[in-house]
Amino acid sequence: MSAEGQEHLWDKEVEGHRTYEDVRIFTDEQLKNYTEEELKEFKIKHDTPMADELEKGPWPSVISDIKREALHRRKLGQENLQGPMECCEDLLGQLELSYIDMETHWKHGGIIGVFGYGGGVIGRYSDAQEKFPAIWAFHTLRINQPSSKFYTTDYLRGMCDVCEYRGSGIMNMHGSTGDTVFLGAVTEQLEPIFFDLTHDLGVDLGGSGSNLRTPSCCIGKARCEFAMIDTQDMCYEMTMHYQDELHRPAFPYKFKFKFDGCPNCCVASIARADMSYIGIWRDNIRIDQEAVKAYVAGEIAPNAGAFSGRDWGPFDIQKEVIDLCPSKCMSWDGNELKINDAECVRCMHCINVMPRALRVGADQGLCLCFGAKAPILEGAQMSTLTIPFMYTEKPYDNLKEIVDKVWDWWMEEGKNRERLGELIQRFGLRQFLEVLEIPAMPQMVKEPRSNPYVFFKEEEVPGGWKRDIKEFRKKHPR
Amino acid sequence: MSKGKFGYYDPENPMKDRITDIGPPHYWQMFPPIIRRNYGKWLYHEILEPGVLMHVSETGEKVYTVRVGQPRLVTAENIREICDIADKYCDGYVRWTTRNAVEFIVDSEEKMKALKEDLESRKHVGGSYKFPVGGTGASITGIVHTQGWFHCHTPATDASGLVKSVHDVLFDYFKNMTLPAKLRVSMACCLNMCGAVHCSDIALLGYHRKPPMIDDEVLDKVCEIPLVVAACPLGAIRPVKVELEDGTKVNSVRVNEQRCMFCGNCYTMCMATPLADKEGDGVAILAGGKISNRITHPKFSKVVVPILPNEPPRWPSVCKTVVQIVEAYAKDARKYERLGDWAARIGWERFFEKTGLPFTWHILDDYRLAYDTYRTTTQFKFTEHAWAVSKAAGGI
Repeated sequence: MSAEGQEHLWDKEVEGHRTYEDVRIFTDEQLKNYTEEELKEFKIKHDTPMADELEKGPWPSVISDIKREALHRRKLGQENLQGPMECCEDLLGQLELSYIDMETHWKHGGIIGVFGYGGGVIGRYSDAQEKFPAIWAFHTLRINQPSSKFYTTDYLRGMCDVCEYRGSGIMNMHGSTGDTVFLGAVTEQLEPIFFDLTHDLGVDLGGSGSNLRTPSCCIGKARCEFAMIDTQDMCYEMTMHYQDELHRPAFPYKFKFKFDGCPNCCVASIARADMSYIGIWRDNIRIDQEAVKAYVAGEIAPNAGAFSGRDWGPFDIQKEVIDLCPSKCMSWDGNELKINDAECVRCMHCINVMPRALRVGADQGLCLCFGAKAPILEGAQMSTLTIPFMYTEKPYDNLKEIVDKVWDWWMEEGKNRERLGELIQRFGLRQFLEVLEIPAMPQMVKEPRSNPYVFFKEEEVPGGWKRDIKEFRKKHPR
Repeated sequence: MSKGKFGYYDPENPMKDRITDIGPPHYWQMFPPIIRRNYGKWLYHEILEPGVLMHVSETGEKVYTVRVGQPRLVTAENIREICDIADKYCDGYVRWTTRNAVEFIVDSEEKMKALKEDLESRKHVGGSYKFPVGGTGASITGIVHTQGWFHCHTPATDASGLVKSVHDVLFDYFKNMTLPAKLRVSMACCLNMCGAVHCSDIALLGYHRKPPMIDDEVLDKVCEIPLVVAACPLGAIRPVKVELEDGTKVNSVRVNEQRCMFCGNCYTMCMATPLADKEGDGVAILAGGKISNRITHPKFSKVVVPILPNEPPRWPSVCKTVVQIVEAYAKDARKYERLGDWAARIGWERFFEKTGLPFTWHILDDYRLAYDTYRTTTQFKFTEHAWAVSKAAGGI
C-alpha cells in the first residue's frame, strides 16, 4: 500500500476522517487515573536524590514529567500494558546511577529492526539489567514526522496510546534530524508497534544507519512570509520518492536532505544537510516606500519587535540597515530607499528588520548547496554553494535528476562512513562538478586558490603528455 | 489500535497484511483551516510580546501563535496535556518547532490571551513551569540536544539534566527579548554530535579525555579488526597479537595513546574499545557559530573552553561559564550582532578578556587545516594575554 488514499486520513475537513476514537487503546477512566494529590505523594521505587534536584527551577522538568508517566503506568497496571510497567521508574533509577558513576549505563548497540527494513529502529540495552529489569531493552523507533511538525490532536493521542501501551510512554519531540521518536520498546514489541503505526496511524518509520535520513523542512509557506519554495511539499515528495533509500541502507553512510524556505535557514540546512535546498529570489526586493517611512518615523517596531525587551533608542535606518548591508548596495536619502539589486547577496537582514516594508523578490526558486556534516571524522563542514538558482515544480524531476547523479557517484566512490562532503574534499570540487555536469563559477569559492598546484588534464595540454625522451635529447644532450 | 501481546502482528506469518513504504502522514491534513486558507499568502509578522507572534495574510486574516519552551524528552502524559490545551483553544491542532518548542495557533487576540494565561498557570508538582511562554526574537530559545546518559551508549556527559540546568540559569533570557540578537544554545553529548551543534552561538559538547581501553578477550569476536584500525582518523590504532592471562593468544588492537584525540570513532565501530570515564569525561564549550546568512556568512562555533568537569545533577561550572559568556555578550555587543560577529569585531583576544575565560594552548588548533586559524598579521590588540607572552619571552 502506498500513501495514496491516506492523504486525508486525519483530515478533519474531510468527511469520514479517522479520529482518536477509531484508534484509541485506553478508556477515559484509564487516561485520567490519578489525582494531583496522588502525584504529589507518589514516590518511585528507587531513591533518586540527584535526579530529583532537577525538579526545581523554572524550566519544565523532565524528571517531574517522567514521574507522572510512572504514576500513570502504575495505576494502569501491567495487565493493561505490553511494555514493562515500571520502565519509567527504572529509567530514573539508572539515570541516578549514571549521576553517581558519571558514566553511561547503556550498552553498545545491537542490530535490530522490523522485517524488510534496515533502518528506523536503534537497539538499546541496559548494562545494569539486574537492578533495572524494566529497561533491560529500551529500543528507539524513529517515526517519520509530518512536514514542519504540525499535528492534529487525534493523531497525537493515537501516538501517545501506542507508545505508552507497547513502549515506555516516553518520546522525543523531536529527534535531532526531525523524527517523532519513541524511546523504550522491548524487542518483541517492535513489530506490533510497526503494525499499529502503519495500519492505524498511517505513518512509517524514519531513517537510521547508512541510508537517506528522514528529510525535514522549515515552517515554510504555512506561516512565514519569507518562504520562496514550498518546503513542506518538496520535503514530502522527496521523502515519498526515495522511500526505498530511506528504509533499506545501501549508502556508504548517512545522507540528509533539508529544505529551508529562505536564507535565514531555520532548519539549519547549510550546517547539517548533505544536500541543502534553500529558497531564494533572483529579481528585486519588493519595496513599499510608505512603510519604509513608517519604520523611519518609529510607527512600526523594527524587526517585528524582536528587540523590544531593551531600549535601543529610536530606529536609525542608516545605522541599522544601510550600514549593515554586507554588499553595501542600499541607500536612504531621507525620502526614498534605493537598492541596487544586482549587487544584493540576499542576506535577508533588511527584510528581517523591515518585514512590512520589504518583501523577498517575486521571481523565486532555490539554490543547492552540498556536503555539510558534523565533525566526525574529518572535521565539521558546511554546505558548499554549488547550483546558484533553479526553478522547480512538483514532482521536482530536475531535483531528482541531480540527487540520482550525486548518489551514483557517492555510492561508487565513497568509502565506508564517508559523507558526501568528505568525498568532495577527497576528489576535489572539480570532480563533483563533472558528476553534476556543470561548469565552475567564482561563486563556489570564498577566494581563488592561492597555490598553483593545478591538476591539469592531459587532454587540455596541447600535444598531450606522451613525449619521446630521445627526441628531447637530440636538442638537449645530457 | 490493536491490543494483546502481538496485536495485529502474527509472528508466525510476519509478512501477512504488511504495509511498508507509506512515508509520513501528509502534512496538509495537519494544518489548521486558517493555515490552509493562507498558505503562501503571508505578508508580514509581528512579535506582540515575548513568545507571541502575529502573522498577517494578504487575505486580511491574522493568526496568533503562542510559543512555549519544552524539553525534548517528553512523556505521553505531557503530550496529552498539550492535546487537551490544543483541543480547548486551537480546534485540535498544534505544532512543534525545530528547537523543541510547541506552538499553539489561534485566530483571535482574545483566544491568544486566554491561552497564554492558561499556559503560564500550569506547573509540575515539583514546581517547574510546564509551558513557559517565550523564546522569540532577541532571546534564547530551546536548547536542542541529544540523549546523554538518559539513553545513549557513547556519551561523555548527560544531556537532559545538563540542558535543564543551563535553561534554568538562562530562563530570563528565554522570557525576555533583551539580547543584542538571537542566541542559540545547543548541546551534544559526544563528538558524534547527533545534535550537530557545530554552528551554534554557544555549543556544549561532551568530551572524553582518556584513550580507549581494549577489551582483548572479546575484541576479535565482536569486531572486525580492519574496521577498527580504519576507524581511527589519526591512524593511531594498529593490529596486534596478545596473550591473555590464561595463555591463549588472540588478535586485538593497540592504541598509540599519544596520538589519540578521544573522538570515540573506534568505539562507535567496536564495543570492545570503551572510552567513558568518570574523571576523564567532561564538557567543552564552543562559541560564535551561526547558521543564518544574515549580514555575515554562516560560521562554525569555536572552542573557547576545552573542558569542564561533569558535575551532576546541576553542572555548576558549565552553567557559570555559559552565563559569563552570555552576560559579556549582552553587555558589549551591538544591536543585530550575533555572538560570533561580536567576537570577530572586537577580536578574539578581547572576547577572552571580556568573558574572563582563560586562554590556554588547548584552544590553538593542531588538527587538519589548523594553519587557517593562525594569525599572520601584526594587527592585534594588547591584553593581559599578550603581556604574559612578552614577559615569558624576556621582552619586558
